[in-house]
Amino acid sequence: METAALETRALNCSFEANHVITDVNFTLRPGERRALIGPNGAGKTTFVNLLTGRLRVSSGHVLLNGEDVTQLSEARRIRLGIGRTFQITSLFPKMTVRENVFLAVAECDGIAGNLFRSVFSHGRQLARVDELVHRVGLSDVADVPAQLLPYGRQRLLEIAVALALRPTILLLDEPAAGIPTAESHVILDIIATLPKEIAVLLIDHDMDLVFRFAQQISVLVRGSILVEGSPDDIAADSQVREVYLGDSKHGRPAAA
Amino acid sequence: MTTMPVSRNVSVTIRFGVIRSGLIRLLKLLPWLVIASLPLVLAGYEPLATQIFVMILFALSLDLLVGYAGIVTLGHAGLFGMGGYTAGILSVHGITDPLVTALCAMAVAAFTGLVFGVAMLRTKGLTLLMLTMASAALLYEIANKATGLTGGEDGLQGVAFSPLLGVFAFDFRGKTAFFYSLTVLFLVFSFVQVLINSPFGWSLRGIRENDARMAAIGCPIMRRRVIAYVIAAALAGLAGALQAQTTQFVALHSLGFELSGNILIMLILGGSGRLYGAFIGCPVFMLAQDQLAKQDPANWFLGLGVILIAFVMLAPGGILGIAARTVDAIKMRRRA
Repeated sequence: METAALETRALNCSFEANHVITDVNFTLRPGERRALIGPNGAGKTTFVNLLTGRLRVSSGHVLLNGEDVTQLSEARRIRLGIGRTFQITSLFPKMTVRENVFLAVAECDGIAGNLFRSVFSHGRQLARVDELVHRVGLSDVADVPAQLLPYGRQRLLEIAVALALRPTILLLDEPAAGIPTAESHVILDIIATLPKEIAVLLIDHDMDLVFRFAQQISVLVRGSILVEGSPDDIAADSQVREVYLGDSKHGRPAAA
Repeated sequence: MTTMPVSRNVSVTIRFGVIRSGLIRLLKLLPWLVIASLPLVLAGYEPLATQIFVMILFALSLDLLVGYAGIVTLGHAGLFGMGGYTAGILSVHGITDPLVTALCAMAVAAFTGLVFGVAMLRTKGLTLLMLTMASAALLYEIANKATGLTGGEDGLQGVAFSPLLGVFAFDFRGKTAFFYSLTVLFLVFSFVQVLINSPFGWSLRGIRENDARMAAIGCPIMRRRVIAYVIAAALAGLAGALQAQTTQFVALHSLGFELSGNILIMLILGGSGRLYGAFIGCPVFMLAQDQLAKQDPANWFLGLGVILIAFVMLAPGGILGIAARTVDAIKMRRRA
C-alpha cells in the first residue's frame, strides 16, 4: 500500500463543549485531486486549520507522508510540504504582487534572513517569482500593490504565494469565493498546470467547480465525514442530496 | 525559442540602467556634499548641526523598528543612553579612543537590545508599547542609583576622548565632531539602505503588514523581529556614543522617557517607513523647538503640541507623506 500524502486518524477538535471535528479519518493520496464539500459550519475550514497546524487538535493524529506531524508547528509543516490558501484573502496589502510572491519564495529558498545582499541580486529567486506571477496570469499587474487588485485577482495571487513554497500538498480553501462563476475556470486552469505529484484538496461551495475538478469527493457534515466517493457516486447519493444539495434536483453537477 | 531578441533588449536596458543608476547615485551623494560644505558658509553652527546629525542617526535606528518592523517603541532612549554611558564610562576609565568606545557602545546596546528583545517581542501592540517604556525606565533607574559608575543625577563627569584616528582632536568649534558625526551618519544610512532592500528587510515589511500570513509561509517571526531589534539597538547605541563624544557629557535624560517620546515625534513628523523621514523630521523638530522656546520660554511645549496634533490629524504620513501625495497627484493629472 502506498503511503498517503496526508492522513488523519480519529481526528477530534472541540472548543469547550462544542465538537467541531469528530473522529475524522481522512486520506489524501499523492497527486490526488480531491474536493471537500459540506454545508456552512460543517467544519471545513477548521479541518484545514488542523491539517496545517494553525489549530491544535484535541485528539487524534495528522500524518504527512506517513510521518506523525500532530505536534509540529505550522512553520515546520509548511517546510515539510503543506501549502494552503486562505478562505478570507490574506496577503500583504501594501506590497506589490511581485513582492508578495517574493516573500514566499525567499522563505522557501532560505534566503529571507539575508541581510546584506539586495533583493535585486537574487536573480534565481526573482526569475521564479516572475514565473509564478505569469502562471497565475498576473504579469500585467506585477508591480501593483495587492490591495488595489480586484478581489478575484487577489485570489489568484493567494495561489501564487502558496505555490511559491513548493508544496507537495496544496489545500485550497474556497479559492473561487468572490470570483464570478464565469471566471472560476481560471482556477481550474491553474490547477491543471500543476505537476501531477502535487496532491490538491479543494474546499468550495461552487458545485460546478468541484464536480469539474475532483477525482474524489469527501462530504463533511457537522464535523464528520458523511460519505466519500467519485463525483458520480456523490451526485447520486441520497444522503448527500438531502443534507447538502437540499431538495433541488441535482441539475448542477449533471450539467458539468 | 525566442530568447535572442529578448536577451538583446535586456542587454540594452542593462547598459542604460548602469548609466542611469550611476547618475542617480551621484545625485544622491549631492545633498551629503552640500551638507559637508556647510561649515564654509555657516561657521559657528557646527555644534547644532552635530546634534541634529546625532538625532537623525537615532531616528533612523527607530525607523527600522517603527517604519519597517512595525515595532512601536517608547523606550528607544534606553538603548541610546546605554551607548552613551558605555562610551562615557570607558573614557573616564582611560579608554578614550572614539572609534573603540563607539564600537563598545554598539556592542553593549546590542546586547541590551537582545535581552529586552527576547523578553518583549513575544507581545504586540499596546502590551509591547508598555514593555518598551518599562525597559527604558528600568535602565534609567539603574543609572540613577548606580552613582559610583554613572554620577547619578549629576551626570557623568570627566568625559573626554582622545583625537579621532589619533589625528583630529575634538576642538572647541566642533569641526571634528561635525565631520565625524556626518561621516558616521552617512555610513549608517548606506547600511540601513542596503538592509531595507535585502530579503530580510522585505520580510520585516511582510511581518508588519500581516504577521499571521508570514507565519503561514514559514517565516520565523520572533527571530526576525529580535534581529531587527538588536540591529536598531546597536545603531541607537552608536548615536548615544556619538552624543557622549561630541558633547563630552552623559546625563540621565539621555535614558529618559522624554527623549524616547521626542525621537518618535521627530520620526512621525518627517514620515516613518521612508528613511528620509528622519532627515526631515529631526531638523524641523529641533529648529521648531528652538524658535518656539525663544518666542515663549514658558509655554513652548504648547506650540509643539498644536503642531503635532495638526500633523497626526491632517498628515498621518508626515512631511514626506504630504510630498509623496503631491507628487502622485501631479502624476495622475499628467496622465489624465
